[in-house]
Parts: sequence; C-alpha cells; structure tokens
Amino acid sequence: MLEIHAIDVFYGDLQALWGVSLNVQQGEIVSLVGPNGAGKSTLMKTVSGLLRPATGSIIFDGIRLDRVPAYEIVEMGICMVPEGGRLFSSMSVVENLELGAFNIEARKERFEALERVYEIFPVIKARKNQMAGTLSGGEQQMLAIGRALMSQPKLLLLDEISLGLAPLLVQSIFRVIKMINDSKQISLLLVEQNVRMALELGGRGYIIETGRIVGHDEAQRLLESEKVKKAYLGLGEVQGEN
Amino acid sequence: MTAEAIGQTLIYGITIGSLYGLAAVGLSLIFGVMSYLNVAHGTLLMLGAYASYWLFSLYGVDPFLSIPVVMMTVFLVGLILYVLVFSTLAKLETDSRIKNSLLISFGLMLVLDNLAILFWTADERTVTTFYSGAVLEFLGLRLPYVRLSGLALAVMGILALHLLLTKTYFGKSVRAASIDWEAATLMGIKVNKTYLFSFAISSALAALCGTLFCLSYAVTPTIGEAWSIKALIVVVLAGMGRIGGVFFAGLLLGVVESVSVFFVGASYQEVVGLVIFVLVLMFKPQGLFTMKV
Repeated sequence: MLEIHAIDVFYGDLQALWGVSLNVQQGEIVSLVGPNGAGKSTLMKTVSGLLRPATGSIIFDGIRLDRVPAYEIVEMGICMVPEGGRLFSSMSVVENLELGAFNIEARKERFEALERVYEIFPVIKARKNQMAGTLSGGEQQMLAIGRALMSQPKLLLLDEISLGLAPLLVQSIFRVIKMINDSKQISLLLVEQNVRMALELGGRGYIIETGRIVGHDEAQRLLESEKVKKAYLGLGEVQGEN
Repeated sequence: MTAEAIGQTLIYGITIGSLYGLAAVGLSLIFGVMSYLNVAHGTLLMLGAYASYWLFSLYGVDPFLSIPVVMMTVFLVGLILYVLVFSTLAKLETDSRIKNSLLISFGLMLVLDNLAILFWTADERTVTTFYSGAVLEFLGLRLPYVRLSGLALAVMGILALHLLLTKTYFGKSVRAASIDWEAATLMGIKVNKTYLFSFAISSALAALCGTLFCLSYAVTPTIGEAWSIKALIVVVLAGMGRIGGVFFAGLLLGVVESVSVFFVGASYQEVVGLVIFVLVLMFKPQGLFTMKV
C-alpha cells in the first residue's frame, strides 16, 4: 500500500536520506531501526508530508503522496504519532482526541471512534476532562496513539513511541500496538531505538544507518542475524565492529 | 472628591476599559495563534469607526444597526490584507515572524492612516444620534446609554470569541495550531486557513470596537495609532493566556487611566498607561493574568 522509491531528502543543504526505498503491505507491521541520527524520523516526516523528497517518489494506494499537502495525507489514511507525542498540552484530553478526527470523513464517525479509543485505553477515558499536559508520560503516549487512531488511519506511523517510558509501560504500549494491528485493518510503520521490542512485534524490518537502508528482512531473521545481535542487541562477542 | 465623583470616574473607566479589552483581544488572538505583532490593528479599528460614521452621516443608518455590515466589511478587509501582505510570513520561524510582522504592519499602518487622511481629511468626526446625550440616573450617577451598551456589546464580542474558540471544531483547530502547528498539520488541520480566519476575525472585532468608540468619542484618521498602543499595553498587562485575562487587563487600564486624572490631571492621563507598560515589562514581563500551562 505504501511504496517509497529511492528518495533523497534534504534539510536545507544537508542531505539526510540517500536513495531510501521501503514498502509496507496491507495489514503489515514494518519496523525501521537504526542508531540516533540515522534518518528514521526524517523518513517519517517525509511520508507524512512535513518534508518533501528532492528526488524519488512516495506512492500510497496508487497516489503520489509527495505532491499532496500534509493535511490531505491524513485524509488519505496516513496518520503519524510524532516523537514525544506532541499533544496539545493546554487542551483537554477529549479535545485532543476530537482534533485527531479533524478531517471530514473521520469527523462523521468521531463518536464511534472515541468509544473505540476509550475501549483500548480505559485510563484515557478516566482522564478525559483533564488537560493533556497533566497526564503522566505513559498516559500522554497512549493519548497520542489514541488521537492518531481517531483519524481512521489505514497506515499508522509511530515515531519512537517507547522513548523515555519505563520498561513495563513500553511492554503494555507494544501490546496495544499489536492489538491495533490484529484485525489487519491498520498497517504499522514504526521507528524504534528499542530494536528488540520492535522486531519482536513480527513483520518485516529495515535497518537504516547514516541515511541509507543497509539491511532488510523478516523481523525474526533480523533478530537472529549476527549483525543485528552485535550492533543493536548487545549480544555479540565483539563490542562494535568498526 | 465626593463618592459620586469617584463612582462616576470608575464607570467611565470601566466602559472605556471594556473597549480596550475588546481591541486587545484581537491583537492577542493573532499574536497567540501565529506570532504576528500587528501594530496596524488600531488602523482596522479606525476603518470600522469610519465605516459606521459614513453609514450614519450619509445614509442615516444607526451605528448599532450597522454593526453586522461594518464587521463583515472589515472582516473582508482582514482577509484581503492577510492574503496580500501577511501570508508570506507564515513560512518563517516564530522569531522572524514577530519582527517582520511588526515592520510590515507598521508600514501598513502609515499607508492606511495617510490614505484615510487623504480621502476623509483629518477633521474630527462625531456621530450624534437622538439618544447620544441620554443618561441613566442611578444612585446619583449619570450613566450614558451609549457607553453602557458599548460595555455590553464589548462583553458579548469577547464572549462570542471565547465560545468560538472553545466550543466549535474550527476554534479548537485554531487553538491547536497556536500550540503546535506541526502537530496540528499532522492531524489534518489546514494551518494556513486557521491563520487566515483568525486574522479576519481579529479584524472584525477591531471594527466592532471602532463602532462602539465612535458612538462616544470623536473619530480621526490617527486614532488607529493610539488604539494600537492601548491594545499593546493591555496585551502586555494580561500576558499570553486566557481571553478573560485580556478583558480584565483592559478594564484595569481603563480604570487606572480614569482614576489617575485625580492625581496627575487629564493631560498626563495617557502617560499613566505607558508607565504601567514599562513597569510590567521590567518587573513582571510574563504579564499579570497569565495562565500556567
């Protein structure tokens, strides 16, 4: 459903992505892992329309995304949970969720969507009238995911959702993510520094280093590969390989 | 100083203060939403005042009745000004937006004020209706009806804006865009559209304020500048935050200015606001009515 063909992306004069290609099929979970500054978030921002590729193309359900304004990309069914959640902190939890359903199509079904989000995250329902900024870190992350779900996405982009959360919370967030994907209605593209958690979700994985895709395989096989074990899971006999 | 004199002064302070609040709310709205410092805000108010004046003097339309037309007209002026002049700034970072909008709107103010002088001359214009001098006698106080209705309409205008921002989908999208435009874009909000309409709404509120002003005071092309300064003082007093805070800061400025007549005389009345402006910036630059986030 999402096909990225050889995109180059720049920040001003600085090239952040070099000929990156990646695809996500209907109902699939795809993880993009790699070290800090490798270009993971850049790729996410490019798919969601905040950045534009200089060359290459991004096609979603047959339509060229790299020519569509960011707000229409949401309507087409791609929604991103940005790094750090980026909630509207001085607005209430319910208002944040309502804003997730801003596009015309999602707005029609916002009450049903709201009930679904409350079902997935009962703790969010309990706090619905609080300011989003007063929630705990884990709750904020759940609200950020819930807000994205309100847009009725076909493809959910998750940027570092485990960042800064306690291990137990990370596990429960990943359980929810798995559940969101269970019915195969929503495909997931997630960016993670927590390589093990991400690859254990299953599906496929891409490894990105300094703006280039350097590896790509079934998530299970990546978990077992020597390279990943050494570089990302700290299991190799040699520390680092430079 | 009799009790009546004090009461009378307070009433006048509150009624003019409510207009300060109304003028400042629009300025605060666009500063909060898109980080534009629009010093031509008072000029839009002046346009509203002249629109009411001309409709009254040429066609005999009562200023209270012409409010919807005047607000719609200046709303359109706001839309056009935003598209032609201010929309290019939206691409800039916050800091550059503040500086550039300040320069652009200052130039705009000079141009529009001088065009007003050219077309309408610098003569003082007053709107005198059959009810202009009517007062409500209450506990020995004399309350002019036009001022009381001005107060009521100013409160209604501010309340309407508050409801728009808190109860409607559009208003919520405006607040979201003002908190984090990038996250708002990711939610499918057309941030440029929220900017455009916030600017136009702010212009329409300035026009309402202009109409209410022309009912009690003389109108000249230069009132724009004076009102921009008043609105700026009130915004600094209030700090960024709730609309209610801006309104109360407006009342405070109005009352302090009126009461200061007893102490420094009418000729120094204007200075008082500016002194407060400087003191607040020196000692409490975040404003008096800020909301903790």
